[in-house]
Amino acid sequence: MILERLDPSAAELASGTGWELKPEGACKAEVCMPLPKDARRADGRVNVPVVANALGMALVADEARGLWALGPVSGGRALSTAVAPEITLPARDGNPFRLGSLKGTKVFLCAWASW
Amino acid sequence: MDLPVWQALRDELRPQGLEIVAVAMDTNVAAAYPWIDAAKTSYPQLLDPEHSLGARLGIINVPMSVWIDEQGMLVRPAEPAFAPRERGYGSVELPEGTPQRMKEMLAEAAKLEVDFQQTARMLRDWVQSGAKSRYALTPDEVVARSAPRPKEISLAAANFELGQHLHRTGHEAAARPFFRAAHRLQPENWTYKRQAWSMVDPLQGPTEHYDSDWLSDVRKIGAKHYYAKVDA
Repeated sequence: MILERLDPSAAELASGTGWELKPEGACKAEVCMPLPKDARRADGRVNVPVVANALGMALVADEARGLWALGPVSGGRALSTAVAPEITLPARDGNPFRLGSLKGTKVFLCAWASW
Repeated sequence: MDLPVWQALRDELRPQGLEIVAVAMDTNVAAAYPWIDAAKTSYPQLLDPEHSLGARLGIINVPMSVWIDEQGMLVRPAEPAFAPRERGYGSVELPEGTPQRMKEMLAEAAKLEVDFQQTARMLRDWVQSGAKSRYALTPDEVVARSAPRPKEISLAAANFELGQHLHRTGHEAAARPFFRAAHRLQPENWTYKRQAWSMVDPLQGPTEHYDSDWLSDVRKIGAKHYYAKVDA
């Protein structure tokens, strides 16, 4: 996710990465990973460098513009579970399409590009 | 072009419970529109300008697929997937005036060792046999077959995302060092490379902006390694 500050709210972190901060740590679907105490600041906002370090997320800075990008969790494999992630993407008609809406059907999802 | 070919397979297999979902990995979504509109498909055509399927599913080139069963479980992780066609890439008749680089790219593409019938064969078997299909993997197999994710891949994804953000907000020159870093950190990620190269040259040839180009990189690894063999 792109960050304009290193102390976003927990809600912003969750919407950007899918990781929610709970008492037991950072949680996504059925997986929870422990976090150090200083992962949240006294005001409740997220201490991104601490969370990034704990979860193996890369943090890359564009100092000239005061921007950061937070990469995905690393350390394991591309898939940590076979449960398909919640994926919602815009369709050609402009409406968001939720992959989960096809539950009950076999889905062959194929990525392509014009290039 | 694959989209109309998938439509034919979709017409065949939709009554038996399979849906096809295509996702265009173009940063510039408008580049995908003419292809989508010309294909006139009845299956969903989605857009992933953020390349989010890279981080979420491990898509590192196109065409690549995942399979999801009726319960929402992945039964095959990201792997190359080919629309069934009689003749391989690179076997098309070239009109006069085709640029030399394009000819060389197609000649290289002709060397890709791809079984264009494999994906359709596997899908038909899955549709017929469901979870009993030998191609429907267990959850453990799906996770184990997905690519390892060392820290470099997270770093590559963060660099690419920053590059995309800068490119989109009008900082094209500032974006390039981040794209270059993503290429260096995860050289096997062809979507990062093909996307960035095509932003400066539609033929993805050598430019002053990037250290490599499609033809050089494919020759370097050997065309037969461009797509991982699908372990059926």
